[in-house]
Amino acid sequence: MGDAEWGGLPIAASAVDVARGDTQVLQGVDVLIERGTRTFILGENGAGKSTLLRVLHGLIAPTRGTVTWGGDTSRPPRQAMVFQRPVLLRRSAAGNVRHALKLAGVRGSSAQRCIEHALAHVGLAALAKRPARVLSGGEQQRLALARAWALAPDVLFLDEPTASLDPPSARAVEAIVNDIHALGTTIVMTTHHLAQAKRLADSVVLLQAGRVAEHTAAAQFFSEPCSTYGRAFLEGERL
Amino acid sequence: MTKLFRRLTGAFACLLLAAAALAQQPFIVVASTTSTEQSGLFPQLLPAFEKDTGINVRVVAVGTGQALDIGRRGDADVVFVHDKTAELKWLAEGEGVRRYPVMYNDFVLVGPASDPARVKGSKDITTALKAIADAKAPFVSRADKSGTHAAELRLWKDAGVDIDTAKGPWYRETGSGMGAALNTASELNAYILADRGTWLNFKNRGELGIAVEGDKRLFNQYGVMLVNPDKHPNVKKELGQKFIDWLVSPRGQAVIAAYKIGGEQLFFPNAGTDS
Amino acid sequence: MNTIAESFSVALAMITHLDPRVTAIVALSLGVSLTSTLCSAVIGLPLGAAVAIGRFPGRGPLIVALNAAMGLPPVVVGLLVYLLLSRAGPLGSMGLLFTPQAMVIAQTVLIVPLVAALTRQIVEDAWIEYREQLRSLDSSWLQSTLTLLWDTRWSLLTVVLAGFGRAASEVGAVIIVGGNIDGITRVMTTAIALETSKGDLPLALGLGIVLITLVTTLNLGAHVTRQWARARLG
Repeated sequence: MGDAEWGGLPIAASAVDVARGDTQVLQGVDVLIERGTRTFILGENGAGKSTLLRVLHGLIAPTRGTVTWGGDTSRPPRQAMVFQRPVLLRRSAAGNVRHALKLAGVRGSSAQRCIEHALAHVGLAALAKRPARVLSGGEQQRLALARAWALAPDVLFLDEPTASLDPPSARAVEAIVNDIHALGTTIVMTTHHLAQAKRLADSVVLLQAGRVAEHTAAAQFFSEPCSTYGRAFLEGERL
Repeated sequence: MTKLFRRLTGAFACLLLAAAALAQQPFIVVASTTSTEQSGLFPQLLPAFEKDTGINVRVVAVGTGQALDIGRRGDADVVFVHDKTAELKWLAEGEGVRRYPVMYNDFVLVGPASDPARVKGSKDITTALKAIADAKAPFVSRADKSGTHAAELRLWKDAGVDIDTAKGPWYRETGSGMGAALNTASELNAYILADRGTWLNFKNRGELGIAVEGDKRLFNQYGVMLVNPDKHPNVKKELGQKFIDWLVSPRGQAVIAAYKIGGEQLFFPNAGTDS
Repeated sequence: MNTIAESFSVALAMITHLDPRVTAIVALSLGVSLTSTLCSAVIGLPLGAAVAIGRFPGRGPLIVALNAAMGLPPVVVGLLVYLLLSRAGPLGSMGLLFTPQAMVIAQTVLIVPLVAALTRQIVEDAWIEYREQLRSLDSSWLQSTLTLLWDTRWSLLTVVLAGFGRAASEVGAVIIVGGNIDGITRVMTTAIALETSKGDLPLALGLGIVLITLVTTLNLGAHVTRQWARARLG
């Protein structure tokens, strides 16, 4: 367990507590992310979705409990994250992808191939030399995805990636996420759009005030939620 | 970005080259006084010395007290000031080798045209100062341990005025060089003791003019001393001594005498005398 | 008012006739201040970035100290460096006192806190924006420092210009460690001080106008460069 072939999966969070000051953001969270799945984390505002995502990616250390990646307690490489607002450097689009590749140890002509490939896949090949910061919101998010794609991650974490986008851009992002998943990447994503979750998820984690209310297969969740809260949550959406 | 970088390295290189060029020529550091510098003597004197010997003289001009202190720290090779008492004390402390009198000029009492203390035209400096203290007429003092300041304090004493008790709002202590103090006196329309050289060269006179001059007690003697090389091995004793020897030589003395402002001679060479 | 009007014509005459003594003083001023600005940038930029990103005991007090040191009186810095470089001081054997090198050292000491403190603020603000993404990409501490320094380069240019402005305009430090020696360590600011104390106010103010013109020209050049680069690179 934990060697390169397994690539840091499954991700197992066990009895995870996260406290920030006096507030308990997450409490007693047990989550297992299996390889190849598309897991969606749902919940109301302040339920702890973003925090759980970051705990699973290793950006936040739990106050109690453990997180392991393929049995290892140290965060493996070959994971990438896309944020709600794309974080891009003051460089060209290609430059941003090159920066990420350099950090992963890929340089020179092999890097150049990766960059062209990634940008082409997200439809930004023509904008490769454009300064990243002058791109539109949708283009910037696609660039963030291209950067993640170029790294060929085993796990891709996405924190409400379409929240600030218009519907066409949101669809484009969803398509790219699906493409990345098709190549074998495990997806972990938070979202407010239940319709989106319904479209894309294999598995749903529902958070209620920092606790896991439900963790079931998506098909099950959206037809017949197991928990009372799950039912109320879906009802709230329909109303 | 690269253009700016290139310009910067260019300037840096120029600085290094200039520094290197300066380092080739032999030089000495002379600690002297602001009044000597502001009299304009050095641009006359130093090029002549450099022409005769090839030695560059770097003058750091501060108050006499600070100049002697620079010598004490070994940061200068030669000290060239005008306060005999302080110079002899400095020698007694073992800071220097030997004192050579070089030249003298005189102090003048400068005052406003309105002359509130009624001293204008007097030839007696002590009665004039007493009159100023009694009238509490505005007076500017350099108060900076300079040769001029030391002379001023001696003259108050000779006039029978205990300046420490007599001083009040009329007595302004600026703690500055001669020119700066003259600026202040010009603004305040106050009396001030100044060396003739700086006064003749001073451009911002306002309503000030010479009130008292010619008293023998206003005599201002300049002396030059080599900093003690036993105490400070870095002192360039041969080059420094060459400067001193040149100053007291007939050639140096002639250059000093030749310096005039508006046809008037400023400094009177008197090397070799017991002054 | 007459003095001010006269000084403008003096300044113009100095610039057009290129008086060799004035050009020597201007060249030395630029040389000393540009060199000290360069040295301060080399020291202060990485220092500020490191403090911005690093987490170590005493970080808070260090930030307060850097910010306070921005306001160091130049004359105090001059005095401290003088005591260091004097023959009677610890570095006396280097014989640096009363040389342009001493002036560069004093000005560098003066501006490093300014560059470091402002860089710290700029990089810290950028770090807050980029921190999670950079950590997600497994960027090391050193790599992040370099990335942030490059990313904030235009703001940092302004910081460097501020440092240059302070160096070129100060007189307290250079007059003490340099000695205002004619032809060797006389720069624009010390020349202005000297001419003022000689009562030649038009000449002093004229030199001042030349100095202001130089600093303004440099800033203008930097501004134009920044606009051009922004348009091309964003």
